[in-house]
Amino acid sequence: MSDPPVLEVRSLRKTFKDLVAVRDVSFSIAPGETYGLLGPNGAGKTTTISMLCGLLERDAGEAIVAGRPVTTSSTDAKAAIGLVPQDLAIYPDLTAAENLTFFGRLYRMGGKELAARTAEVLETIGLADRADDRADEFSGGMKRRLNIGIGLLHKPRLLVLDEPTVGVDPQSRNAILESVEHLSEEGMAVLYTTHYMEEAERLCDRVGIIDEGEIKAEGTRPELVSLVGQRDRVRLTATGELAQAANALREAPAVEDSSVGDGAIVLVVDGARSALPDLLRRAAEAGAAVTGVDVSEPNLEAVFLHLTGKALRD
Amino acid sequence: MRAALRIAWKDLTLRLRDRSAIIWGIVAPLLLASVFSLILGEVTDPDAIDVTIAVVDDDGGEVSQGFVAAVRELGDQGVFDVVFGTSAREAEQQAEDGEIDAAIVIPAGFTDAVVGGRASEIVVVGHVDSPIGSQVARAVATGFAGEVNGISVAVGTAIAASGDDLDDLDALVADAAAAPTPLGLDTETEASKELSASTFYAAAMAVFFLFFTVQFGVIGLLEERTQGTMARLLAAPIPRASIIFGKAITSFVLGIVSMAVLVVVTSLLPFMDADWGDPIGVAILVVSGVLAAMGVMTIVATFAKTPETATNIQAVVAFLLGMLGGAFFPLSQLGGVVARLSLLTPHAWFLRGLGDLSAGGGPGDILVEAGFILLFAVVTTGFALTRLRRTVEL
Repeated sequence: MSDPPVLEVRSLRKTFKDLVAVRDVSFSIAPGETYGLLGPNGAGKTTTISMLCGLLERDAGEAIVAGRPVTTSSTDAKAAIGLVPQDLAIYPDLTAAENLTFFGRLYRMGGKELAARTAEVLETIGLADRADDRADEFSGGMKRRLNIGIGLLHKPRLLVLDEPTVGVDPQSRNAILESVEHLSEEGMAVLYTTHYMEEAERLCDRVGIIDEGEIKAEGTRPELVSLVGQRDRVRLTATGELAQAANALREAPAVEDSSVGDGAIVLVVDGARSALPDLLRRAAEAGAAVTGVDVSEPNLEAVFLHLTGKALRD
Repeated sequence: MRAALRIAWKDLTLRLRDRSAIIWGIVAPLLLASVFSLILGEVTDPDAIDVTIAVVDDDGGEVSQGFVAAVRELGDQGVFDVVFGTSAREAEQQAEDGEIDAAIVIPAGFTDAVVGGRASEIVVVGHVDSPIGSQVARAVATGFAGEVNGISVAVGTAIAASGDDLDDLDALVADAAAAPTPLGLDTETEASKELSASTFYAAAMAVFFLFFTVQFGVIGLLEERTQGTMARLLAAPIPRASIIFGKAITSFVLGIVSMAVLVVVTSLLPFMDADWGDPIGVAILVVSGVLAAMGVMTIVATFAKTPETATNIQAVVAFLLGMLGGAFFPLSQLGGVVARLSLLTPHAWFLRGLGDLSAGGGPGDILVEAGFILLFAVVTTGFALTRLRRTVEL
């Protein structure tokens, strides 16, 4: 019997005046699973998070965290959630350690447990040597890491990260992504919202594609890609008998289509990575000297485009 | 409650760290109270007046001699310095040269005019740069003129009552002049309910800046929103009310500490030596005043979207209430509409209450004042509570 989900969201709905910000959103996250909400700005990601973290009253539906329904006043359910808001949520005039200690106390921690956990988190976020420095002296990346550290402090069952890498330099961004991977490996359930396709592909076990307040599709990356039904595209830059080679390649079992253009043979292939050695051999036998190979696999960006008719960063 | 205390403790730490609360709650009111007290205190402190008045008695009669004797007595008491001139011309020259601040000249024939019921004038000559000296001389002369008019009426009445049988007119005038004034004013501070200058400005500046000090607590609600930490507080496993309560505790503590420090320091500083009166009574007024200030400033905070906007509006409100409440000068002395309007402010009632305490009253004597301030607090806080909910939302 599998573990019950840490988070279960059913038919969540929120309306602001005439605008339906979240429309019957449902999904669940198992322990140790990282679930991504992928969508452009204004898709309803933050509103969804605000409701399931008890920040915002919902109009309909329910969110259950660790078996307890979440409302704006449900303290037990909130205690199981670690929120990392999109905007920095730290006190600039407090030190890193003071920030962690203050929020730790609000999460019912204290004494030696809090001191030990504070030191542990400072180590995790790489700020142990800056523990007694005020947050307003930190770089943007360090502030982001502290922002995440506060969410982790009380060892939540569910960690909710709302676009944690927005405006972060590449080095800090990579550190944040590594931290999330590490937490997931430790068994923490993670809800990760982003409009960066590559982050969702790297981190998330399952992804919900959200747009205009509605989850358009959900599943693992291969499941989502299969929804689109696209194949890999292989571009072989070559010299010699290109037309002859294209005809020969069309006979290969993995190839669905082939054409010639602009000094290259363009193939539509099912499973390009495994078929590539066979394709190169057939091209050479047909008289084409291949000088370059470019493989394009269908990604979540393409899925999003297919489902919504617009690019992720529109 | 525990969460509220933790939020308050964090806020107090931040306020002490950026020193804003210390500046607005202690340094600024103390500085202004000291300055006002040093500058304006001398104007209202009789002991500090250094005025020389010359008296010229060109009459030499019964009535003018009585006046000269009375002025000499005032000089002996140290109210001002008295010199006696020989002529009006000489006194005018001395006043023009600045050797004296003012001169009072009683013209020849003054006594006869008084006895005869005819008009006569006492002349006051002042040095142009000594308005206070001129005011003092005019006040003394006016008081004397009032007394002379009384004598004149008494003598006239006696003559009318006796027909032509009045034998000794000089004796009648002397008796009338020597008769005690039937109604007098006790001008001792203890019974006057008027605060000394140093106490007034200490109290006025304390209650004026109190409105700036308590704003640091309620404005914290807006700061939590602008710096993003409100989301964390709302996500934390604490009741939402504890966020508001924490801010209220911050305001209350800042207000009480600020007022307590000001009461103690202005009482101990030798150049101020403020007399606040009964400590329990002062404590009642202080607590009431802090609650009233919290109510007003919370209402303002609920109408603002950013801390900066709130601070600006709160400053305007604090100034208006302070001005109207008589924090800069005692409006009650103006009378009329302004004095009545001032009673709409907690400042006016606070200063009234302190007047009672400073005059020797106890807690029982300030119940009305404290009651009005608390009523103000209840009304404003009640209104603020109806709007506060929106400040603890995203």
